[in-house]
Amino acid sequence: MKEMAFKDLTRPVDRSQWLKRQANWIRLSAMTMTNHAQLGHTGGDLSCADILSVLYLGGILRVDPSQPLWPQRDRFILSKGHCAGAFYSTLAAKGFFPVEQLKTFMDPLSMLNGHPDRKALPGVEANTGPLGHGLPIAVGAALGARMRHESWRVFVLTGDGELQEGSNWEAAMTAQHYGLDNLIVIVDRNRLQQGDFTENTLRMEPLADRWRAFGFSVAEVDGHDPEALLNRFSALPIASGKPTCLIAHTIKGKGFSFAENKPAWHHGVPTREQLVEAGRELGVEVNW
Amino acid sequence: MSIVDKVGEPKVIEKQALFDCREAYSSVLEELAAQDQRVCAVINDSLSSARLKSFKTKYPDRFVNVGIAEQNLVGVSCGLANSGMIPYVCAASCFLTARSMEQIKVDLAYSKTNVRLCAMSPGMAYGQLGPTHHSIEDLAWMRVLPNLTVIVPADPVETAAVMRYSLLHEGPMFLRIARLPVPRVHGDDYEFRLGKAVRLREGSDVTLIANGLMVCRALDAAKALEARGISARVLNMSTLKPLDHEAILDAARTTRGIVTAEEALAAGGLGGAVAEVLAQQHPTPMRILGVPDVFAPTGKAEFLLEHFGLTAAGIERAALELLAREG
Repeated sequence: MKEMAFKDLTRPVDRSQWLKRQANWIRLSAMTMTNHAQLGHTGGDLSCADILSVLYLGGILRVDPSQPLWPQRDRFILSKGHCAGAFYSTLAAKGFFPVEQLKTFMDPLSMLNGHPDRKALPGVEANTGPLGHGLPIAVGAALGARMRHESWRVFVLTGDGELQEGSNWEAAMTAQHYGLDNLIVIVDRNRLQQGDFTENTLRMEPLADRWRAFGFSVAEVDGHDPEALLNRFSALPIASGKPTCLIAHTIKGKGFSFAENKPAWHHGVPTREQLVEAGRELGVEVNW
Repeated sequence: MSIVDKVGEPKVIEKQALFDCREAYSSVLEELAAQDQRVCAVINDSLSSARLKSFKTKYPDRFVNVGIAEQNLVGVSCGLANSGMIPYVCAASCFLTARSMEQIKVDLAYSKTNVRLCAMSPGMAYGQLGPTHHSIEDLAWMRVLPNLTVIVPADPVETAAVMRYSLLHEGPMFLRIARLPVPRVHGDDYEFRLGKAVRLREGSDVTLIANGLMVCRALDAAKALEARGISARVLNMSTLKPLDHEAILDAARTTRGIVTAEEALAAGGLGGAVAEVLAQQHPTPMRILGVPDVFAPTGKAEFLLEHFGLTAAGIERAALELLAREG
């Protein structure tokens, strides 16, 4: 991991490659944790790794690992709390806690629960796991910034199947009503949910139009292209006075070719051999 | 130390005027907002039922109406707390508890968030509107959640005291604010102490433990029992959680039986909480008064309280039966 830092890279192509490498490290780390615990949410961890890498390691989020509760920090809320493996790996890579600690994933009494616990782990803003909780919390934190005359922003990452929960749309109405342009919803649009493709389960499309109808400025982006993500995240809000929704098109299981786009890999557990194979594909070594 | 210990005799003001506790809650909420910039109110279109018109006028920037959306209501309040605000969520108890249950569990209790739930018009306050609008399950639901403090004030004095206390409390709270008019049972010098039962009346034969609007009825029952030569202790168990085990065990050791009374389901609330303590530490004859395992029929709140025996006479009868049976 320790090499030239992101901030020292000037050429977009270098920055993009660097972030891709971090994302792949997050992927392999999360899958190693899943193998260790023999439990985890493989597909979703892998689909959101690039988004997490760009937000935390690409300098988008104004957070300080040495002061996790710095009042003026940007808030990031992982609404798809089951993707804790990728999230913990990202927080560790950012320096919120030692990377070594990832080896305790889901162990008895570990700080690394199967879903994030803000009381146990620095860097976690909200306890999530049941779906549809993150967006209302994010709306509250964005309203709080306004009440406190602060300029922090609130990013919330939701799954796509998760949007079937009605609480998201209650929160979206509130965000629109209060014109929360400090709120950014990122949808990990991997098109799969636990049992099947979203469109076979409960149709999500036209998803962008739905968000627009709820008063959001919407952009669609390749969720595996660090440069595209960086560009989007660097130009927020899309419209002043309106909350933003970024639909990040992703592939569930991305990077573990045998798991890509396969419903069974929602929480499939990779074997050691599969980890090594994936590591070769991703250009990252399994480090424990 | 209870009030009895402090002043030597129970300080009970005779029944006079009746009060809607929402007035006490809302005026103190304004007082808290004036005192602390972090105080804000969050509602679900409940502006007038939560008595917040004046708050909204005075503090429009610290007032959020999320509309008729209770999951969002509690989630938004969790986010406000994350931002450093101290949100008071003011909504009808029936919707606040039932519709937001998972948000209360996860976003507040599990997360130990500094949010205060002000649950309005609980119990059967909505009378003829029926069981959809009654909130008789709330005490059972709320008290089982780890980390959640649950308080049921008995009168406007205690409501105001609890509201003032709430500003300093760490962690989530559920405050059950009565709408049905109650008399004052506490004097002006009342001091709220979390987790401490208030001994409103000394007694050695039987102990009546009540909360909310049943406290004044328990006091009336104690007077009626006194006329029969029976000495009844009355405890206002306004803090349902954390529960005052000491006061319960003392009552079990020094009186012959315990009657609990609450304007809620007899299952799982105050009676259940007291029974859990006694069954494990000092088995004691009990009567649990509350709404039995039914949804209420149609009727005004006062009629329904009578219907279910949640009256001074009902408490008196339960105490007499208990003592007769225990010889």
